[in-house]
Amino acid sequence: MLQIKDLKKIFNRGTVNEKVALTGVNFTLNPGDFVTVIGGNGAGKSTLLNCVAGVYPVDEGHIFLDGHEVTKLPEHRRAKHLGRVFQDPMMGTAADMNIEENLALAYRRGQRRTLKWGVTAAERVKYKELLQQLDLGLESRMTDKVGLLSGGQRQALTLLMATLQAPKLLLLDEHTAALDPKTAAKVLDLTQKLVEENKLTTLMVTHNMQDAIRLGNRLIMMHEGNIAVEISGEEKKNLDKSDLIALFEKASGGKLESDRLLLS
Amino acid sequence: MTQVLLGAVSLGLLWAIMTIGVYITYRILDIADLTVEGTLPLGGAIACVLITQKVDPYLASFIAMLGGCLAGLCTGLLHTKLKIPALLSGILTMIALYSVNLRIMGMPNVSILRMSTVFKPLTNLGIDKNVSAIIVGFVFAMIVITLLYWFFGTELGSAIRATGNNQKMVRAQGVNTDTMKILGLVISNGLVALAGSFIAQSQNFADVQMGTGSIVIGLASLIIGEVLFGGRGFYRRLLALILGAVTYRVIIALVLKMGMNSNDLKLFTAVTVALCLWLPQGKEMLAKFKKSLKKEGA
Repeated sequence: MLQIKDLKKIFNRGTVNEKVALTGVNFTLNPGDFVTVIGGNGAGKSTLLNCVAGVYPVDEGHIFLDGHEVTKLPEHRRAKHLGRVFQDPMMGTAADMNIEENLALAYRRGQRRTLKWGVTAAERVKYKELLQQLDLGLESRMTDKVGLLSGGQRQALTLLMATLQAPKLLLLDEHTAALDPKTAAKVLDLTQKLVEENKLTTLMVTHNMQDAIRLGNRLIMMHEGNIAVEISGEEKKNLDKSDLIALFEKASGGKLESDRLLLS
Repeated sequence: MTQVLLGAVSLGLLWAIMTIGVYITYRILDIADLTVEGTLPLGGAIACVLITQKVDPYLASFIAMLGGCLAGLCTGLLHTKLKIPALLSGILTMIALYSVNLRIMGMPNVSILRMSTVFKPLTNLGIDKNVSAIIVGFVFAMIVITLLYWFFGTELGSAIRATGNNQKMVRAQGVNTDTMKILGLVISNGLVALAGSFIAQSQNFADVQMGTGSIVIGLASLIIGEVLFGGRGFYRRLLALILGAVTYRVIIALVLKMGMNSNDLKLFTAVTVALCLWLPQGKEMLAKFKKSLKKEGA
């Protein structure tokens, strides 16, 4: 579904602040894969996701989505195939617009915007049903501004928006990091449910080792701009936290005490 | 006095169309667009020059509106394609338009005294000049807000509103935010030029200076409208803009009547706008101040 070849990304090239964020990543995602991505700060997790989404132009390498090269495609033209949820709960929705308007925007992802009415009556019925399934009481607040919702509610709504038109690839960028533990668990459950129901191919960056082990069928660990460890299938099922730390230390030369703290 | 008030209301209704244009950029797109200072005289210039060439005033006003759209397109392209900050893009187009307006008119102003205007059909029926302007201004303002109410409810309009709100989210939904910004600027400046053509026709001349300070007048009207008449719902908010523009003109007419030097008008407007912009924060400060007073008292 997703194929990344020799992907390189350098920020502030040619300046004193030059930072090589990705050093030539090679990676393939098969249809239906749910891959969790972990790694310390500055390992390149978010950069990888943003390169796939087209937020940053890449310096070298190629990205293929469902067999088509998208390396040079601008962000809004890749959006058709991608569902995205961001770390900041404020980022995924338009605060001054109401819930149904936000859903309607997402429902038309990748389509040409015309002079047809923005939200139709038939859509409202559908949205109401979907919101009911979230079990957050949002179905009775469809004309409330999204800015009035809590971070957890907004993140749940963003997840629903990202999957409203089943994307070819779902990109989750530490989407529970800014939430309190209880809300984070709820949003993660919802993530799992939506991914399973829609059989979505998913790439999820997380800072939480436990979640990375528990969710998905594959796990990659990034270090200094590349993939350091990759685990899948049975091996991943039997993995625990200490195994993961051992693997990571082996791959990175066992020198990164501070990174280990960040991985908690 | 009645004539003064009628004059103020008529001028307010014509400026209301300009205020609506400012609202689209300032509130919906979240861009302070200074192009309007050049677009307003552009509209007046195109309309008046065409009217002196015996073109039908309604057609002339329509062409003036298209001219404004073009100016908005320029600002939009400068901002999105050349990546020049929005404020500076507007200023660049505004300055360029000064020369363009002089070129169009061939001189600093064009008089259309005793020529046909959009108000002529009504004044020919014996209706008072100010009342005719009120009727035309009201009808056009209502047409404009009705069209905009519809437009911003469509898929395209929703995408423009969302662009002013959260560009990252809108791009993630597959919308080209550059196109949306350009479209918003085009519509906004089209309306401002239309207003400019009406204002010029009501005063019987177009002047290259007639746009000076217009952004501030537009903002003043917008904020007065929001504070005094604002409410829930988009139609209500658009209506508030018209009422705000009229109120602004009535206030100005009254303070002039009370003996304020007309040279001080722009200073008065600027101070009013600054105060109004501060109002939301001011309310908070006042509330805090009251609280602290209570604490000290207790």
